Amino acid sequence: MALLEVRELKKNFGETEVLKGISFDLNANEVLSIIGSSGSGKTTLLRCLNFLEHADHGCISVDGKRIYDAADPATRAPKAIHKNRTNFGLVFQSFNLFPQYSVLENLTLAAMLKAKESGEGKINKKELKEKLEQQGMELLTRIGLADKKDAYPCMLSGGQQQRVAIARALMLTPRILCFDEPTSALDPELTKEVLHVIKDLRAAGNTMIVVTHEMEFAKNASDKVIFMSKGVIEESGTPEELFGSPKSPVLRSFLMQ
Amino acid sequence: METFLSVSAKLAQGFGTTLALFFLTLLFAIPLGLLFACLARARFKPVRWLMRAFIYIIRGTPLLLQLMIVVYLPGIVFDHPLTKWEIFHQSTDLAYFCGALFAFVINYACYFSEIFRGGIENIPKGQYEACEVLGMSKSQAFFKVILLQVIRNIIAPMSNEVVTLVKDTALARTVSVVEIYFAASEILRLQFIIWPLFYTGAFYLAFSALVTLFFGIVEKKLSRYWR
Ligand SMILES: Nc1ncnc2c1ncn2[C@@H]1O[C@H](COP(=O)(O)OP(=O)(O)O)[C@@H](O)[C@H]1O
Ligand SMILES: [Mg+2]
Repeated sequence: MALLEVRELKKNFGETEVLKGISFDLNANEVLSIIGSSGSGKTTLLRCLNFLEHADHGCISVDGKRIYDAADPATRAPKAIHKNRTNFGLVFQSFNLFPQYSVLENLTLAAMLKAKESGEGKINKKELKEKLEQQGMELLTRIGLADKKDAYPCMLSGGQQQRVAIARALMLTPRILCFDEPTSALDPELTKEVLHVIKDLRAAGNTMIVVTHEMEFAKNASDKVIFMSKGVIEESGTPEELFGSPKSPVLRSFLMQ
Repeated sequence: METFLSVSAKLAQGFGTTLALFFLTLLFAIPLGLLFACLARARFKPVRWLMRAFIYIIRGTPLLLQLMIVVYLPGIVFDHPLTKWEIFHQSTDLAYFCGALFAFVINYACYFSEIFRGGIENIPKGQYEACEVLGMSKSQAFFKVILLQVIRNIIAPMSNEVVTLVKDTALARTVSVVEIYFAASEILRLQFIIWPLFYTGAFYLAFSALVTLFFGIVEKKLSRYWR
């Protein structure tokens, strides 16, 4: 059974239908790349998965459990959303690190608050902090930024900031990590280092959805590719299928650019 | 003959009044400004527009005029002069002071609220969204992430506004509040000595410098880290 099942997801903004029924599956440990021209609804899809938007129709299941069903008010209640959002992580195009916190604090803040909320923090605050900082340091070591733990976001390059943002999302151990054009705010050299981190995560078995304009990345570093156009999945399949023998004319002209 | 000391003694009361007016205005206008800022951002449109209209009117008219209205309107129009209000226990000074304070608080709350609103609205949407996807509650996001950024955003405009308040306190003399400028001008009027006015000027200058210094330190503390 697929780890993530998305069925018939629809989203309107006023009159405009931005997602017109999106369905796909994603297996555990696989990487899905989503490509498509701008305005096709890629960001909106990720935002629906991360509950920054609530889909108007359709459902989302993780591990066979229906965590969101537009027709079921119980799954749309703030409490349910709060609980279920831990299934997903999101890395933004513009990093969105917290400027007043150091790199390590950026990583531990949310985890700390979450632990406090569940009462864990009361038991032993100091121990908890140490544990989270250690976890944070392990992640920073993995992305090669251990020496920047005390730096503030403004002191880092865009590529470094994005790597920190990735680590920050990983701190909460999401089942599925989503990336919304993680490199489109970066120049080529920095793009490389971020994509390198994402590839490392793939090798480590993370399940990921990556919206990207980096065709090379989609081709070489994903198990599955979806091409979106005007709010629908125009074509999907393995990278070989989509890039080797694209069927739809829209995809063909998209790849020509 | 007036000496530096005798003038100082005469100005002392005015000095106290100026300080009281300054700090009490800040004390009440800051929270009220926050409330105004929230109301000016309210989802319910009538509240939002009423609040914004009120702020617009207060900011668009002279504080001098507002002082006059607050202090003299109750007596002239409603035949119930401020000085006769029971809560003031027949103390004219207290009545005028409270009337002036009220006008200052309302006026500055409106200016502050616009600064607060700007500071809040300048926070990038991405900051809220990052908090949300990291599972923070709205209040956690506000207190742990947003608030400090708002404070940083408003330091510079607040510094300007508070320095203006230092100088604006001199307006209270127009409604018979004996603040430091009033006290000095009385010496000029009765004894024809001008230097106490410069003394007063030095006081305002030093006061403004302290305020600027204070905000400068806060700003430095905050921007050690970012941008
Ligand atoms: N909050 C919103 N309100 C109204 N329209 C929106 C909103 N968000 C996105 N849209 C519209 O939805 C369409 C798809 O946007 P988006 O999901 O950002 O596409 P992509 O990420 O593929 O470029 C665009 O036409 C955009 O203008
Ligand atoms: Mg987008």
